[in-house]
Amino acid sequence: MSYVTGVGLTPFGRHESKNTLSLMTDAATAALADAGLVRQQVDGLICGYSTTMPHIMLSTLFAEHFGLQPRYAHAAQVGGATGFAMIMLAHLVVDSGAADNLLVVAGENRLSGQSRDMTMQTLAQAGHARYEVPLGPTVPAYYGLVASRYMHEYGLTETDMAQLAVLMRQHASGHPGAQLRDPIRVEDVLQSAPIAPPLKLMDCCPISDGGAAFIISREPVSAHALRIRGCSQMHTHQHVTGAEDLAHFGAKASMARAMAQAGVALSDIGYAAFYDSFTITLAILLEEVGLCERGQAGAAAASGHFSSDGAMPLNTHGGLLSYGHCGVAGAMAHLAETHVQLTRRAGSRQIPGTPSVAMLHGDGGTMSSHVSLIMERVQ
Amino acid sequence: MSTAANPQPSGASPEPAPFDWVDGQEAILYEHCGACGKATYFRRGFCPRCGATPVAVRRSAGQGTVYAATTVVRAPSPEWKAIAPYAMVLVDLQEGIRILAHGVPGLAIGDAVNIGWHRLGERLIPRAEPVASSTQGQQKK
Repeated sequence: MSYVTGVGLTPFGRHESKNTLSLMTDAATAALADAGLVRQQVDGLICGYSTTMPHIMLSTLFAEHFGLQPRYAHAAQVGGATGFAMIMLAHLVVDSGAADNLLVVAGENRLSGQSRDMTMQTLAQAGHARYEVPLGPTVPAYYGLVASRYMHEYGLTETDMAQLAVLMRQHASGHPGAQLRDPIRVEDVLQSAPIAPPLKLMDCCPISDGGAAFIISREPVSAHALRIRGCSQMHTHQHVTGAEDLAHFGAKASMARAMAQAGVALSDIGYAAFYDSFTITLAILLEEVGLCERGQAGAAAASGHFSSDGAMPLNTHGGLLSYGHCGVAGAMAHLAETHVQLTRRAGSRQIPGTPSVAMLHGDGGTMSSHVSLIMERVQ
Repeated sequence: MSTAANPQPSGASPEPAPFDWVDGQEAILYEHCGACGKATYFRRGFCPRCGATPVAVRRSAGQGTVYAATTVVRAPSPEWKAIAPYAMVLVDLQEGIRILAHGVPGLAIGDAVNIGWHRLGERLIPRAEPVASSTQGQQKK
C-alpha cells in the first residue's frame, strides 16, 4: 500500500525571481511540512523535467541542491502525463520496499524563463520531426485537429467547450494561487482570439511559472493521508498523424483498469480531477471515462453537474485552464486540490458532502499518453 | 573474361533512393508490408504491426479525404508568422495512410482532395486542394 501524506503547491503565474530549482524547492519544502517529515526521512526522489532547465540528471541535481541523499532517484518524462505517471511510479516503488517516504517534485519557470514563441516551438517538437514539425504546427493545432474530428463525430459544439472554460474560471476565482481569476462568460470564450480553430485563446491553458510536490509513504504517517487505491496507464500513439482514430482514446481502458484495481464503480466517485490543457481535452476525457455521455460535457457543466456543489465536483482549483500550466507540475495541482478536498482542508473552496473516493486522469502528447489514478480518504 | 558479362556490383543498385517531400521531391512515399498488408506513412524499414522486413516503399497517388481540419492562426515563429494563417489538415489517402498537410482555405472534414505542392523558401509543403481546383491547377501548368 501507499499513501499521499504531504502536499506542496505554489501559486501559478508570473514569478520573475524564480527558476526551476527554486520552484521545486518551494513545493518540496511545503510538502515535507505538510507530511510532518524532515529531509532525513525522505529516502526516495522522483522528479519531472523542465524545458527551461534541460538536464540529464535533474533528480540528483535537485537532491544535492535540496539536501537529500535518497536510496532511489531519477526523473520521468511523458509530457503532460508525467505528474500522474510519477505518482503511479512512486506507489510502485514505495509498495516494493525500495523507499519508505518518496518525494515527487516538479517545477518550472515556463512563463518568465523563456519567450512564448520559444515555449510554443519547444512543445511543438512533440510532433514528428520529419513528417509534422516541418509543416509549422503548434500544440494548439494538433488539438485543433482533434477537436474538429471529435466535434464532427459526436456533435460537441464550440459553446459546449466554452462552458468548460467558464467553469474552470469560476473555480479558479476561489483560489488565491490561481493565475487567471477574473470571471468570464461563454460569449467571452467564443469571441476570444482564434488560435487554431475551433480552439480560441480561452480554450487554451495559459503558460505559467509554478511548482508542486508530494510525499508518497508506505505508512499513513500524516493525519491527512490519502491512500493510492488504483493506478493504470495506456499509451496508444505519439503523433496526431499516428493516432488510429480521433473519436476513441486510451483514457477509457486506462481508467477502467485503475477502477478495477481499486474495486470501485463510477457511483463510488465523489470528486474528479481531469487534465484540461484545452477545453477539448477536458471534454474528451470526461466523456471517455463515462462521467457524461459523448458530446454532453458542456451541457453537463452548464447544468452544474461539475460545479463545486454539483454531483461531481471537478478541478475545483480551476485546472490548467485557469489555475495555470507550468509543465509537469500543472497536472500535479489537480492532485493537490483533490488531496485538500478529500481531507477537508480546502477552506472556502471546500465542497459539500464528504466524498471518500476520487478519480484523476492525465494526458500527454496529443491524447497519446494516459494515466489514471484512484485515491481514497483514510480517516 | 568479358567485363560486359559481369553482373553489376551489388552496391550499385539501379533503384533511386526513396526521397520524398521532406527531401524536396514532390512525392508522398509510404511503406507497404507484403506479409500483413499494413500501409505505414512514417517510414522505418520494418512493419510496426507484424515486424516483417523488408517492406516495399511505394508512392501515393495523393488522392484522399479530409479527416480533420484546423488553421494555424497563432504561428510558432517569425518564419511561420509571415504566412499565417495557414490551414492544416489530416488527409486519409486512398492507399490507407493518413498524412498531415497544409490545405487551401475552407477545406472541411469529408472533402475529397488531391495533394498539391507549394514552396516556402527552401521548403516543399504538401497542400490539400479540392479535387476540382487541383485539376485546374495542373491544367494551368
